[in-house]
Amino acid sequence: MAGDLRIGSAWTRTVSFRFDGETLTAREGETLAAALYAQGRRTLRISRDDSGPRGAFCFMGVCQECVVSIDGRLTEACRTPVHNGLVVESVR
Amino acid sequence: MSDYDLILLGAGPAGAAAAIKARSLGLSVGVIDEASAAGGQVYRTPSPALTATQPDADRAKGDALRAKLAASGAVLYANHRVWSLRPGFSVIAIGPDGPLTLEAPNLIVAAGAVERHIPVTGWTLPGVIGLAGATILLKAHGVLPGRRVVVAGSGPLLLLVASKIVAAGGEVAAVVDAAPRASWLARAGSMLARPDLITKGANWLLALLKARVPIHSGTAIRAIHGTDGVESVTIGPVDRDWRPVGDAERTLAADAVCLGFGLLPSTDVTRLLGAEHRYKPELGGWIPAVDASLQTSVPGLFVAGDGAGVRGADAAPLSGELAALGVARRLGRGGGGGSAGEAAQTEANWHKSGRFGAAMSALAMPPPGAAAMIDPDATVCRCEGLTRAMLDAAIAAGARTLADLKATTRCGMGPCGGRVCGEAAAMLIAAATGWDREAIGQPSARPPLRPVPLAAITGAFDYDELPIPAPAPL
Repeated sequence: MAGDLRIGSAWTRTVSFRFDGETLTAREGETLAAALYAQGRRTLRISRDDSGPRGAFCFMGVCQECVVSIDGRLTEACRTPVHNGLVVESVR
Repeated sequence: MSDYDLILLGAGPAGAAAAIKARSLGLSVGVIDEASAAGGQVYRTPSPALTATQPDADRAKGDALRAKLAASGAVLYANHRVWSLRPGFSVIAIGPDGPLTLEAPNLIVAAGAVERHIPVTGWTLPGVIGLAGATILLKAHGVLPGRRVVVAGSGPLLLLVASKIVAAGGEVAAVVDAAPRASWLARAGSMLARPDLITKGANWLLALLKARVPIHSGTAIRAIHGTDGVESVTIGPVDRDWRPVGDAERTLAADAVCLGFGLLPSTDVTRLLGAEHRYKPELGGWIPAVDASLQTSVPGLFVAGDGAGVRGADAAPLSGELAALGVARRLGRGGGGGSAGEAAQTEANWHKSGRFGAAMSALAMPPPGAAAMIDPDATVCRCEGLTRAMLDAAIAAGARTLADLKATTRCGMGPCGGRVCGEAAAMLIAAATGWDREAIGQPSARPPLRPVPLAAITGAFDYDELPIPAPAPL
């Protein structure tokens, strides 16, 4: 899936963050789950059960599908606002 | 010792209204919410950088609610997640600065609802998101769910999400509604009480017709296909009981799917505290049994908002005020005949206001036959990777409750705590046994109610200070 899914140009400040070594941008205050999803980084981990790709599902802190690792701590991407220099690793 | 007269769990429309009312009656109030600001899901604060979008009625309502709550003198603990409670009541939470325990003799649970899901093959693919999640992406983040989206499931969120996608310049490949068109008409009577909301719905529909979005009633997703994410979706007809029928299938190209089947009241707190519950399918399923002031069977434990039965955001503030009046009466504060009259009036308004939302909730509610939508190879419990076939095998071997399934398969034991798969698992037991959903009961609630890092519970400690008893003599 190509392109950016963000609507219009209503945003002001942008910040940059790293996801699995790749530098990406986000609008300040955007949640990590929304920033990754909008830029087509929809696969956040590979299921240990069926080896299938998984990504954010509920966006409200219920399903735990968007869990990523930040500073070695498992964190829901949908409850994490992006700040400049945030370093994120997917959970393998 | 109590920290407050009243603790509110949840700062959505019900919780905020309850807090404001309780403060006006002179009660000290603490409010705990998982989000970074008050508003709940419906009036969720938009990202601070999303400024220049056109004014949105929900955003204005949310801003007004946040301003009133801030001015009320209630203390808001934002970004705090409640993971355990004790009777009487102690509320145990984890926040950005570590653990927090608050005590109060009265508790109003305004925890809202989560989305009900019926699993289909391929729903674990990236790009399949909940309908409620889609509203968050669209409203709070200004992000489209996809370029070409299938919007599927049941209930009023279908039209809301589809119309928002169209308005934002995305394409809706189809709206796929499991309910037959007749179900909408059957509830027209309750809807006529709210012409403003009918107009809102009609405007959504009009926008979809103008954009030539196909709307399929009595239809459901058979499977979602793709390798790294959604690539196409197969849909087909269902009968009045939502069982797939016939082979009139068609496959639509799409890069995203928004999926959901109405809202499910969040009852984990009231279950944990031992309140009695009743099964009310017209209000979303299991809800706490309450008296006229919304007090549960546990003295001092009240409920408000969608967690007391899904009636929607317009009815929620009235239920919050009703519960706050009940708490004040219980404390012998703000009493007198005037208070009883106000409570009766609030209750009447709440019932009236809730009729529309309850009709919408009933419309979204899957009938028992909907279990037939779940294919044997569909993953039901996402956390533990359990398919319908695996759960059916456990049910065939004798599992009759959600606790049985948990013990034999780990269904519902993963990080989501069964909040995504629990209803589907109960539907499967009901389908296999022929029992009513009510007979399957609810899962038991145990702490931690939410995933909590172990380090956050234990806090900082020094190994040398741990008391280690001397070993018993051999």
